[in-house]
Amino acid sequence: MKRSVIDILDLSAQELEELIATAEDIIANPDKYAHVCDRKKLATLFFEPSTRTRMSFEAAMYELGGHVISVSSAMSSSAAKGESVADTAKTVSCYADIIAMRHPKEGAAYVAATNATVPVINAGDGGHCHPTQTLADLLTIWREKRRFSGLTIGVCGDLKFGRTVHSLINAMSRYPDNNFVLISPEELKVPSYVKKGSLKKFNIPYTQTTDLEAAMPQLDILYMTRIQRERFFNEEDYLRLKDSYILTPDKLKTAKPDLAILHPLPRVNEISVAIDDDPRACYFKQVLNGKYMRMALILKLLKEAGTL
Amino acid sequence: MNIDSIQNGVVIDHIRAGQGMRLYHLLKLDETELSVAIIRNVVSQKMGKKDIIKIDADIPVNLDVIAYVDPDATVNIIRNGELVEKRQMELPLELHDVLTCKNPRCITSTEQELHHIFRLSDRNEKVYRCIYCETKAGG
Repeated sequence: MKRSVIDILDLSAQELEELIATAEDIIANPDKYAHVCDRKKLATLFFEPSTRTRMSFEAAMYELGGHVISVSSAMSSSAAKGESVADTAKTVSCYADIIAMRHPKEGAAYVAATNATVPVINAGDGGHCHPTQTLADLLTIWREKRRFSGLTIGVCGDLKFGRTVHSLINAMSRYPDNNFVLISPEELKVPSYVKKGSLKKFNIPYTQTTDLEAAMPQLDILYMTRIQRERFFNEEDYLRLKDSYILTPDKLKTAKPDLAILHPLPRVNEISVAIDDDPRACYFKQVLNGKYMRMALILKLLKEAGTL
Repeated sequence: MNIDSIQNGVVIDHIRAGQGMRLYHLLKLDETELSVAIIRNVVSQKMGKKDIIKIDADIPVNLDVIAYVDPDATVNIIRNGELVEKRQMELPLELHDVLTCKNPRCITSTEQELHHIFRLSDRNEKVYRCIYCETKAGG
């Protein structure tokens, strides 16, 4: 049966674990998967600029032996002529076996999924959801820690508009004995509906602070985020907040030796390049993990749709 | 104050005071030519004050809208001057084209053909969220 993934919560905890197991198997045995998607086509519809997510999806499909057809920007597509997301989804369903879509409007992926006849993967819908980034985050946490419970997870930066943060909180709140340290400027705190919908719902302990250095010694995971210019209506607010947190080697002095530093990328200046060689820096591994998890997800959805 | 009783029509009673006009608009009664009375701040033994809407025509009213505005309201159907049916409200699971999503980033802000659908996400606190962007109704 055709099924789409719009939100990380569309996947159960058990399904996440199965995806991680598939990704681990892909990493261990890439040849086994090199032709599983022969003659299958992924359509990448990116109506908003993206480098890594689109390339990650495309690389994932190629490594499964499939093909990619693409719309690289809204300006070169029928959306520029005023075509609706629903019509685009119906049309592209005629060409492709699965769709990965990014769109600046929140809920666009849901509209596509309800109109497409093939599975749709949300590759980011505005500030709303970005489930495959969370899949990359989860595989990274798994590969670094070999567990999803008993972790102190610091999330730092733009916690208000940061969709990856919301998805990570939602996903990790389903596991026991975790606690969150939410580090942000006052103006960019985690919205109450996220706290209520996951942290409070599952009785996950959390603290809110503006002080990254004070929080550092207790953290097992530090998830840094960029203050995103494109999420602000007001340039002045962006300029005032953009340099709120910059992670430097000096600030890591009190960190645990096995801290895992994650970042959804792209970074601007919030993680100093001097940290890139620190063994605790995991953000480029995270990029690679994202490709493996996208491979696992494409496989799962094509199998469920009866395409494979 | 006297409002004539109606022979055939609908009386929405026990509306929380202050919500009558809002309900009038959400039921789109302002778009009809029907005789409608909105009675505000009526003294009520049970509620202190309440609003009442009387519609002088036996028309179907959207019970989901009434339940959304005030699940404690009652709907009385009047025929030949007699009360023939009294309907209790229950919070609807979804509201279709009743509310508009106010999130400027929502897909409904640019795609005019989409239905505005809100789903009940918290029954205790009566919270509805847009099915597309999850923005809270009224937020």
